[in-house]
Formats: sequence, structure tokens, C-alpha cells
Amino acid sequence: MKILVITEQRQGKWNNTSFETLAAAQQIASAASGSVSAAVLGKSLDAFAAELASKNVAEVLQVEHDLLENYTPDGFCVALKQVVESTKPDLVLFPHTYQVRDFAPKLAAMLGKGMIGDCVAYRNEGGKLVFVRQMFQGKTAADVSFVGFGPWFASFQSGAFRADQVAASDSGAKPINKVSIDLKPEQIRTKPLDLFKEAKSAVDLTQAPLIVAIGRGIKAPENIPQAEAVAKALGAEIAASRPICDEGWLPMERQIGSSGQTVAPKLYLALGISGAIQHVVGMKGARTIVAINKDQNAPIFEIADYGVVGDIFEIMPALTEELQKAK
Amino acid sequence: MKIIVCIKQVPAKDAPLAIAGNWIKESDIGFEMNEPDSFALEEALRLKEKHGGEVIALSMGPERVKQTIKEALAKGADRAIHIADDNFAQLDPLGAASALAAAVKNENADLILTGLQSDDQGFGQTGVLLAALLDRPHATIIMAIEAAEGKLKLKRELEAGWFQHIECPLPAVLSIQSGINKVRYATLKGIMAAKKKEIATLTADSLGAKTEPTQKVEKIYVPIKSKKTEFISGPPKEVAAKLVEKLKFEARVI
Repeated sequence: MKILVITEQRQGKWNNTSFETLAAAQQIASAASGSVSAAVLGKSLDAFAAELASKNVAEVLQVEHDLLENYTPDGFCVALKQVVESTKPDLVLFPHTYQVRDFAPKLAAMLGKGMIGDCVAYRNEGGKLVFVRQMFQGKTAADVSFVGFGPWFASFQSGAFRADQVAASDSGAKPINKVSIDLKPEQIRTKPLDLFKEAKSAVDLTQAPLIVAIGRGIKAPENIPQAEAVAKALGAEIAASRPICDEGWLPMERQIGSSGQTVAPKLYLALGISGAIQHVVGMKGARTIVAINKDQNAPIFEIADYGVVGDIFEIMPALTEELQKAK
Repeated sequence: MKIIVCIKQVPAKDAPLAIAGNWIKESDIGFEMNEPDSFALEEALRLKEKHGGEVIALSMGPERVKQTIKEALAKGADRAIHIADDNFAQLDPLGAASALAAAVKNENADLILTGLQSDDQGFGQTGVLLAALLDRPHATIIMAIEAAEGKLKLKRELEAGWFQHIECPLPAVLSIQSGINKVRYATLKGIMAAKKKEIATLTADSLGAKTEPTQKVEKIYVPIKSKKTEFISGPPKEVAAKLVEKLKFEARVI
């Protein structure tokens, strides 16, 4: 099986999920006596290509073009269609980043193929590849397989594999092939403009050793002081899942998850958070996770060290009191 | 501006899910408008209020989907297209997008909006696939739309707190990020007015859409736990005391 991994860099920096996906590709290939190639797209990519060439890959595809300097879905699709058609992989793997979500399904469709996105694992069942992804906001897992011939397209969720498990080359630098592509300005219809951050956030949750986070289970903004009391008694920062910030109940800079901050505190206390994957990717690195939720099937319990199935409105005041006593 | 909004009906958020093969038992649960799509609908209604035009709600699925279509009409969509399909849940993203694309091809809309992803299957591909199938420019994870002089200026969300402005010509397809706006409720007047609005019913077959699957969900199941969770139970006060003890002496994090 011939696997092509599309890595991602932006403005001179890797998206580290690229290496997690490369590790996944190496694992899939080793069980299927396959080979892995890694592609990187952009402009002035020598350093990126050299880093990929130090890994255990068959070859590195350095896809450079002036029009690929700034990402556009049209530019990347036109370029990658040519790369896929010329290299003929059986399986094309992507890190499941916001950028990949923006173009990869279109690339697959341009080749008349489908994409299994956002996978968290795979299994090789007697030569047949089965991909595992979540459905129903993480309440169920699904086994998904491809129908028909490749090339097949799939993406792996951040954190599904470990970047430090990428196998290095044992025979020096691997070959780097500079792939030239045919791309014209008129093929790119959208125009990327400035990159920016909103007003610098006052809180850097990534540095907080203790975090109390609230989700939909808090029900109304007038209940938030109860969670804040728990946080105060713990000496923790307060944070939230996306819906709470969307509602404006807490400011956006307190959001944990794929669109917010990624944290790895000593303690993460999740109050009324169901544990949708978009939230979990932002906090599963926490050393100790405590989840309190009324739904015993909430996916947050899959990653919790301590779980309480119950009403947060009964437990929050009791917990505040016990924490104050324990000081 | 003629705007089509793709709206999916999904199991209600608190619905107990009973797994049946590669889908769930639908008989005993409630359904609702996919929340991310409600933000796309709201954005379409606001664009219409500002620039004039028409909002068309597009939905695919069995008869029950009409309920969600009526909600969209009650909120202010002008008319609706229902692609009736009892096996909608078995379609893959490309198959579903092919049917949606076939249904809107002759509408020549200026803008097609989708929510970011569905709360049930969560493929998150529909908008991008529609753009590919209809050969239109697109952008996803949109947090703001400004339309002027036949062009859009968009604010696109990136990861880790970054954003980017993008210029996009019309016609286009956009996937809307949840939280872009405050969603309105249907008024009584809106609900009454919706009764007179047109719902055109089509089928994927009548549209000649290719919906053969490129991928298959073989089965769904309760996820296998990666961590052993210690559950603490009892009356709230006792639970709180036990938890504090565990955190202090076992996990040693406080």
C-alpha cells in the first residue's frame, strides 16, 4: 500500500499534527508492507523538506509555487490533484486541521472520491482498513471503511497518534523530489488577506495549574457564580466549552477546545461538559481530569480519572464548602 | 441576494441513543434543527434584511424533516426545498452533497450557506463538497460576512485564537461557524405566515443525482474507554468530601 501524507506548515511553522499523521501512516504501512511519502506545500520549503527527509519515508515531495505561499483552497486543490495523479497513492492521509477541513473533501471530490474525516484510530482487519471516527458528538464511535478503488482520503484528529513515535530514517536523508505544478492566478478565486488575533487575551489558561470548566450543563448565566465559587475555593481559573462562550456567558478567551486554548493543567474539573471532541482535544492532556455530569453516558467520562454522575447544582456548593475546609 | 441555506434535522441533544447496526433507533426520539445550521439560517436572514432578496431553506431526509423546514420558514425563510429520502442516514457525505447540489443547480443562488458540521454524523464536509460539485469558490468556519459590490469580505476562524480576512467573489458557498450571531426565535406571526409558504418536494432519483457511496459506516457503538474512571457516588456532601480527599492524597493535585 502506497500512502501519501500531506503535511501542513504555515508561515514558517509546522502544524504538529502533521507528525502525528506521519506516525499513523508509518504504522499503517508497516502492517501492510507499504511505503510512506510525505508532501509539503508552500514556498521556500527547503528546511521543511529536509526535516521530513530525516524521517523513515520513501520520499519527500517538495511542492513549491509562488501561488502556494499563502493557503487558498483553490490553489491547494489544483496543486494536490496534480500530485495525487502523478504519484498514484492508494491512501492520502491528512492531519485533521481547520485548513484540511477547508479543502480536503473538495480535493477528494475533484477525483471522484470520498474522504473519511476526523478519524481517531484505524484497524487493519485482514488487509482491510477500517477507520474509527466519532459520531453524535462523541457519544458513539463508528467503524467506517472505503467502498471501491483508491485513492482513498482520510484525516486523523489531533492527538489520535503521537508525534514522538515518528520513525526516523535509518539510512541517512531520504530523497527529496521537487514537484513542479501548473497553477495560474485565475484558478484561485478567493483572496487571503491579513492574519490577526482578537484583542490580546488577558488570561493565559495554558499556564494555569488548576482549571474549573463549565459546559452546557450550567444552563443559565446566573448559575455561573456557583462554578466561580468552586474555582475560587480551589484557586483555579474558570474556563468553558464553546457553547458557553458563543452565548456570551463567559468571554471567548476563556474557551477551551480546538477553536480556543489547548491546556494541560494538573487538574481539570469539568462541570456539566459532555465532552464533544472539539472540547476534548483542548484539555485531554490534563494530568488529572474530574468530570461531573448528570448523563452517565457523556463522553467526558471516557477520559476522566474521577467521575461523578450527578447534578452539578447539588455538588458545586458542597464541593466549595469541602474545598474551603481542606485549606 | 438569493441565498440557499442547507439545514439538517438531527436527533435532539438530550435524546437517549439506542444503537441499531450502523445507525440509531429513530422511533422513540425527538428531532431538532442541527444547531450549527441554525446559525447559518440566521446569517442568511440577516443578509436578506440588509441587502434584500430571498432565503430558501434546503433540507434532505424523511417526512419528519418537514417539521424543521417549517421552523425555518417560521423564522423567515421565504420558501423551502425538501429532498425526500427515507435512507438519508445511509448516504455518505459525497452522496448527500450530490443530491443537494442537483437540487440547487438551477436556482442560480448568489450564496449557499451551511452550518459547520452536523451534531449527529459530524462529517463537516457538505459546504466544501457543494462548492466542488457546483464549481464555486468557498470558505469555511466563517465568523463575519460583509457583502459589497458583488464581493464578500469574510472573517475566517483559524486555530488557537487566530483569524484571517478573506475576499471571496459571488456566487459562493460558505460554512458558518457556530456563535457567529444570536439566533432568533420564531414569532407567532412567523409561524402563521409559514403555513402559506411553498415547500417543493423532490427526490434524489428525480434529480438524477449520483449517490453511490464512496465509504460505508459499518457499525456504531459506545466508545471503548481509554482510561479507567473511578466513579464516586453518594449524597452530594459525601461525594464532595471524597473527591477532595482523592484530589489531595491520591492525585495530589491540590
